[in-house]
Amino acid sequence: MESVLALLIGLMVAASVYLMLARNVLRFLFGLVLLSNAANLTIFVSGRLTAAMPPLVPKGMTEPVGVVANALPQALVLTAIVIGFGLFAFALVLVYRGYLALGTLDSDAMRHAEPAPQSGGQKAQAKAEGEAS
Amino acid sequence: MNSPNLHPDRRESAPGGKPPASSGVLGWLSVLPPAALTIAFLFYLPAISAGEVLRVAYDWVPSLDIRLSFLLDGLSLTFALLISGIGAFIALYSSVYLAGHTHFGRFVFYLLFFMVAMLGLVLADNLITLFVFWELTTVASYLLIGFDHAGAKARRSALQALLLTGAGGLALLAGLILLGFAAGSFELSEILTQGDAIRAHTLYLPILILILLGAFTKSAQVPFHFWLPNAMAAPTPVSAYLHSATMVKAGIYLLARMHPALSGTEVWIWTLTIFGAVTAVTASVIALRQTDLKLSLAYTTVMALGTLTMFLGAEATVAVAAALTFLVVHSFYKASLFMVIGIIDYRTGTREAEKLGGLAKAMPITAAAAAAAALSMAGFPPFLGFIGKELKYEGALAIASEPLFVASAAVLANALMVAVAGIVALRPFYGRRLETPKAPREAPLRMWIGPVTLAALGLTFGLMPGLIADSLVQPAVTAILGRPEEVKLALWHGINVPLMLSLLTFALGVTFYFFHLRLRGMLSWVEARLPTTGDRSWDAILDGLKSLAAVQTRLLQGGVLRRYLFVTFASMALVLAATFVVTDALRLSFDWSQPLLKHWAVVVLIGAGALMTAVVTSRLAAICALGVVGVGVAMLFVMFGAPDVAITQLLVETLVVVLVAVVMLRLPSLQQEAGPRFRRLDAVLALGVGGVVSAILLSVVSGPMDRRITGYFEDTSVPEAFGRNIVNVILVDFRALDTFGEVAVVVVAALGAYALIRGTKRSRPQPEERS
Repeated sequence: MESVLALLIGLMVAASVYLMLARNVLRFLFGLVLLSNAANLTIFVSGRLTAAMPPLVPKGMTEPVGVVANALPQALVLTAIVIGFGLFAFALVLVYRGYLALGTLDSDAMRHAEPAPQSGGQKAQAKAEGEAS
Repeated sequence: MNSPNLHPDRRESAPGGKPPASSGVLGWLSVLPPAALTIAFLFYLPAISAGEVLRVAYDWVPSLDIRLSFLLDGLSLTFALLISGIGAFIALYSSVYLAGHTHFGRFVFYLLFFMVAMLGLVLADNLITLFVFWELTTVASYLLIGFDHAGAKARRSALQALLLTGAGGLALLAGLILLGFAAGSFELSEILTQGDAIRAHTLYLPILILILLGAFTKSAQVPFHFWLPNAMAAPTPVSAYLHSATMVKAGIYLLARMHPALSGTEVWIWTLTIFGAVTAVTASVIALRQTDLKLSLAYTTVMALGTLTMFLGAEATVAVAAALTFLVVHSFYKASLFMVIGIIDYRTGTREAEKLGGLAKAMPITAAAAAAAALSMAGFPPFLGFIGKELKYEGALAIASEPLFVASAAVLANALMVAVAGIVALRPFYGRRLETPKAPREAPLRMWIGPVTLAALGLTFGLMPGLIADSLVQPAVTAILGRPEEVKLALWHGINVPLMLSLLTFALGVTFYFFHLRLRGMLSWVEARLPTTGDRSWDAILDGLKSLAAVQTRLLQGGVLRRYLFVTFASMALVLAATFVVTDALRLSFDWSQPLLKHWAVVVLIGAGALMTAVVTSRLAAICALGVVGVGVAMLFVMFGAPDVAITQLLVETLVVVLVAVVMLRLPSLQQEAGPRFRRLDAVLALGVGGVVSAILLSVVSGPMDRRITGYFEDTSVPEAFGRNIVNVILVDFRALDTFGEVAVVVVAALGAYALIRGTKRSRPQPEERS
């Protein structure tokens, strides 16, 4: 099963990289969500999969009985999910705010802090400035 | 450069009228430190003359053998006296020349800063200390040359001097460090006793080349000579100081100082002789061509530096004595003449050779000083310059390897100097009176006292050479050669070859002087047809450097987010893949046995969702596909014993979809985006990154699993933390600090998001821009 998931994670990473390379920052955001899912799965799979009991200690015992799932990656993934969500929420608001300020979702045209590198970019800048005003 | 009305160093605060005659207390105060230092150094003269060498050292970075140590011998005392003595006159002179200048205080600071740096340089006994002071002189000269910071020319010249001597300084640092390692000590006084060992060392050649690079750039040897004339953009007192006795002589000092350690090899002799000779002749030819008096003098400085280098290449005592005597002679007459030209400029408003004449009647004292200095420069008896020149010829003939070459170079350069001396110091004062922008009159005492004293010293020492022969020249030559030497200076040597050469020099020089206008015309003609000059090449190099930086910046810092990400992902994939290949950690073993149908179903669901997110153009479809992926991942968590994780994942996934949907209402749809529909290159990179991640993960899961940490948590969860849900215990107990950090991150993100949203009401875009 790990082999299959390894390939699946590769596919997810590929899809998210493709999304993050897009000019539209909304697509970038989708890529971000996908990438954090892929990362979480990676941690989870690295701890090996057992279609067995969750890591619980039965009443009256001092340690789990039989084969239980690996607890450590689960704890790490839990943390990662929450952090990933925090990052995503902030990025989403940033994109929204950027759109309000610059009037575009095209990252090439977002030229508030950096000047345009070449003539094509200058056109985009002029466009962005025109839209922002 | 030759523009007649270009006077970057005029006072700012005297528009048209007479400049204020006084610079106040500061002007007088600025004279005190150099004057006091001169007197202090004079007190050491008897001891040094008797052959003593004084040393003083303080620990600085003892673990690296770096000490703040100083050495006073004949060589350093000669330099120290010149630096502080001429410094005193320059300070006095500046107090009139720059009187009333807005930044006079700043000027005094720069000047004294420079003087201290220069003194530190010639007194340093530790290689690193020497280097630090060397760099300080570079910085100080940058400030002084660029003193007129409002002028583009001054700024360019200052930067050129800084970059060129700074680059040489870097080479010097490398050379000094290598030398320190080769000699096993960073103390000059120890290094200089180990000349033979250093010359036999395998690192000798790199050390020599690096140190010579430092010395040659600082002392303006061809092909690095062009910064010095450009540095004439500085106020004239600065030129008089930096280009007579100090800054440019730092390289000469270094050569003299390193003489016992590095000299005597074929490379040393030939490099110094050839570079020195070429510099001397080239510079004196160019000097003849100039019409700006100050520029003319600047090139004769380059000529003097070339001559000094040439003679320091030699081993013969008389050649080194010639170099040292000429060094003193040159400092006297050059500082004096620069100050004279400053006076002419100050009193007449021009320093163009062709516009000046017959000034002697109006300014007799200045004229006398100029004449004395020029006669010394031209090497007429009974001035010290004559002794210096005779010694030079004697030294040239004593050089075993190439006496003819050195002697001809010396004769030619000296003859041209005779002509230049005439042009600079005689022509403006005698002959027909020419109209000048301002009516000339004699300069105030504080201005002429320097040139007069220095010129008088040139005469005094010429008449009584014994005054400096035993007290300074002999100990200095001893220091340069690293062995006790007898040096005798005399005005009359009898009728010998040097005297014949002198007569030849005068004849040639006078001829050059009378034909100098025609020669100048010819030289200008040649100059206009030269393919390139050092200065123009310099511009080309700088421009090239700037274009390179621009291209590189455009490539690496294009300002396009996608490109940054592309580079980041590509590097990540390449580095990871390379690491795996190099360490041979790749294990690709597939295991298809375990998965059940339900597993396959979830896997296909996630895969399809991911692909769909990537390709659909509808926002809603993309969000739905993302949701499918999220829920699919949650299902995987459920299937493989992680219900806690699954619950969190579901909650977060729901929140993500809700948030995206809310924000989406206010954003334009995806169809509006620019660029091609399918990005082939991006797709290739994406597949590459995905492939690398898959390969790594396959290799990881095919290896053995170390469950020791998990085992520890399983064993201690109940006995130590009293919790039965091990994941929970890990989060809130064993790794509680981690969880606390996570909470903090979320809070910060929430605060940031809130701050961003709060301001939106004021800056909403126009309705038509929204979709």
